[in-house]
Amino acid sequence: MAVITREDIIKPENLVYKRTSLLVDCALSYCPGCGHGTAHRMLMEVIEEMGIQSKTIGVAPVGCSVLAYEFLDIDVQQAAHGRAPALATAIKRLMPEKYVFTYQGDGDLAAIGTCETIHACNRGENFVIIFINNGIYGMTGGQMAPTTLPGMKASTCPYGRDTEIMGNPLKITELVATLPGTCYVTRQSVHTPGNVRKTKRALRKAFEYSYAKKGLSFVEIVSNCNSGWKMTPVQSNKWMEENMFPFFPLGDIKVPAAE
Amino acid sequence: MKELRLMKGNEALAEAAIRAGADGYFGYPITPQSEILEYLMAEKPYETTGMVVLQAESEVAAINMVYGGASCGKKCWTSSSSPGISLKQEGISYMAGSELPGIIVNVVRGGPGLGTIQPSQADYFQATKGGGHGDYRLLVLAPASVQEMADFIPLGFDLAFKYRNPVMILTDGVIGQMMEKVELPEFTPRWTEEEIIKMSGDWATTGKTPDRERNIISSLILDSAKQEKHVKKLGLKYTAMEADEVRYEKFQCDDAEYLFVAFGSTARICQKSVDIARARGIKVGLLRPITLYPFPTIPIHELSNQVKGMLVVEMNLGQMVEDVRLAVNGKVQVEHFGRCGGMIPNPDEIVKNLVSKIIGG
Ligand SMILES: Cc1ncc(C[n+]2csc(CCOP(=O)(O)OP(=O)(O)O)c2C)c(N)n1
Ligand code: SF4
Ligand SMILES: [Mg+2]
Repeated sequence: MAVITREDIIKPENLVYKRTSLLVDCALSYCPGCGHGTAHRMLMEVIEEMGIQSKTIGVAPVGCSVLAYEFLDIDVQQAAHGRAPALATAIKRLMPEKYVFTYQGDGDLAAIGTCETIHACNRGENFVIIFINNGIYGMTGGQMAPTTLPGMKASTCPYGRDTEIMGNPLKITELVATLPGTCYVTRQSVHTPGNVRKTKRALRKAFEYSYAKKGLSFVEIVSNCNSGWKMTPVQSNKWMEENMFPFFPLGDIKVPAAE
Repeated sequence: MKELRLMKGNEALAEAAIRAGADGYFGYPITPQSEILEYLMAEKPYETTGMVVLQAESEVAAINMVYGGASCGKKCWTSSSSPGISLKQEGISYMAGSELPGIIVNVVRGGPGLGTIQPSQADYFQATKGGGHGDYRLLVLAPASVQEMADFIPLGFDLAFKYRNPVMILTDGVIGQMMEKVELPEFTPRWTEEEIIKMSGDWATTGKTPDRERNIISSLILDSAKQEKHVKKLGLKYTAMEADEVRYEKFQCDDAEYLFVAFGSTARICQKSVDIARARGIKVGLLRPITLYPFPTIPIHELSNQVKGMLVVEMNLGQMVEDVRLAVNGKVQVEHFGRCGGMIPNPDEIVKNLVSKIIGG
């Protein structure tokens, strides 16, 4: 049997998948196994495939992805905690020919930035919100988030979220789906190859719908925070399937009328 | 052709912005400045010049819209009154940190708290000493007439883009609400995309094209040595402003033995006080700071070699008086006379206070 060498494998005709050139060639600041990195990659693959690098302006949040601008090879603005939708509103209104998106965590989008989120959605601003829901404040060391599940432990609910005391997790995605200004609201994940492909399709649709002035597209990505959840990456993905998905079920919540 | 109109100060701001080629206004209603948003919505500049006008969901959102637009190299502005300006401080600090141009108008009302809707100058400290967190300064313009309300919009944008720093127009309900004749600025077209790229293409997020690196707007610099370098670079801008942008007006100072120092509407009242005092044989002049930051420290210091004492008149408990005392550095007596809570000093009581606090007797 012929031996396959490294040189045989890396021949251009054998290339089936490569890193998108729009992801800056540097080490990401995310913990190994974290969904943020995969989400970045899907986002930039979509921007590359659509050929819209020069027409896209992104807005980074405060959260683990605060440094997203270091990794995405496009023009990016870094927003104050929770304010990304306000920035994006102005960007899109002042430059309607651009593709505009925000990338936000659950604390950023559904706690401190709830007001900006809901009003941008309700006004039907024609940009895309990418919402990374990991049920925790990753960046600041694993505190309770608005999406922390009942009973789930975090550093500020060390005995588990007691909804009597700490209130209920907020299903903000279902909430924004009820607003007339949103055109496309979907919940995805990036923890398996199949889900990654679905997320990518969702992101592409989101950019297309909002660019076509149908309104705001809202793509939630339920994601793991293996560090904050104090699990291995594999355990965290399993835990996510067993606990997060029943509460935050995957799939489209709202699609444009014509679909 | 010069265009003259009788207008309210708040309307003059709005009309001047349309004419100055502003790209976006983002506001939230609060008395005594709601006429700005109302005027713009009635004028519909989005159908003429293309200027975006949006009633935001809060002052927090409005200032962050200014941040987003300014990051694209656009001329954006917002306005509010004291309680709303407090909410904007986060965004103002981020704008200063990210080196973004833009205008914030504060039509000050009495406070603290919800206070009163009546005029006040109680936000002097907030405007000139920070307000938001961190080591930064705003360039602060203090109009004393409806004409200056109109003039300071184009001037404000010029300065904001020159220094890539937010500019505040600090005014009050007197100037905002009163009607005066105003000569409106000429129409300046809004900048085209090409002009913006030519002017601000090295920093503004206009879309990354193959001919340049990506542009990033951020105030986050985690490395302490780099953060220090950044803050020091901001410091150099403030030093340059202090050298080049001090603006003030002197009124009857040539032979003055005493001096009023007052800004904005209070300076207007002090002009009357100068006339009353002079009619009684008291040689008093008035120095009106037009820029509150950078402060006219040197002209005030120079006058301290000439006059026997100064009365700082403000609609607050005593704020600008601290800057006057620093400028005078103990050379002559500096006293404060203030009304607050929406009360406006009258010219006679100002003269009375000059006599009782400075001249004696
Ligand atoms: C005004 C303000 N309050 C608090 C913080 C501290 N802070 C930074 S990130 C963060 C939470 C981020 O959590 P999330 O949005 O869920 O993002 P993740 O890190 O989980 O991706 C907080 C509270 C801040 N930077 N600014
Ligand atoms: S702390 Fe959590 S969300 Fe942040 S990078 Fe690590 S795993 Fe990801
Ligand atoms: Mg989170």
